[in-house]
Amino acid sequence: MKVARVVGTLTATVHQSSYDGQTLLVCAPVDARGAVVGDVFVAVDRAQAGVGDTVLVNAEGGGARLVFGRKLTDPLAIQDVIVGVVDAYHEE
Amino acid sequence: MYLGRVVGTCVATQRSPGLEGIRLLVVEPVDNSGRVTGAPFVAVDTVSAGPGEMVFLVGAREASLALEQPFVPVDAAIVGLVDEVHMADGAKGFLRGRDDARGPQ
Repeated sequence: MKVARVVGTLTATVHQSSYDGQTLLVCAPVDARGAVVGDVFVAVDRAQAGVGDTVLVNAEGGGARLVFGRKLTDPLAIQDVIVGVVDAYHEE
Repeated sequence: MYLGRVVGTCVATQRSPGLEGIRLLVVEPVDNSGRVTGAPFVAVDTVSAGPGEMVFLVGAREASLALEQPFVPVDAAIVGLVDEVHMADGAKGFLRGRDDARGPQ
């Protein structure tokens, strides 16, 4: 899973049906010091995260389908899902 | 999922089974402000995106799950038209109509 910071919100009225009713947030991957370490990406929020939060992102579709209570074979076209809000994170 | 901007279309007459009738668009990856972050690639379109529009895409196995037939050889699918990217820290965002450079309608 990836650690990222929520940096913005995304509005998309026209979307594929997998995204009906979902909250989309723009996230930037960060290291333990909070520095951005890659390109921004879009994630579906399933942990009531907000802008500025450091979050845990499941970045793979099989886990995403399980988070949504779907079977692994269901056609849910979602990859990145925010599954937790990080309270503390350090690297030794 | 990631952001991109539609920059063209791709025509391919000979296709793998399952890809018939699917729109192929050329997309360049962008960041929240619309700045290009990589080389252009081809993606399938599920939301009738047009040239110049900012979109978001899904990759890997989930790209084919966005299509009606879920076992099609694709690795990028356009799954939403971006209306607005609102950045909280004052960084440049994106607003449809203000920041997009659309081609002839």
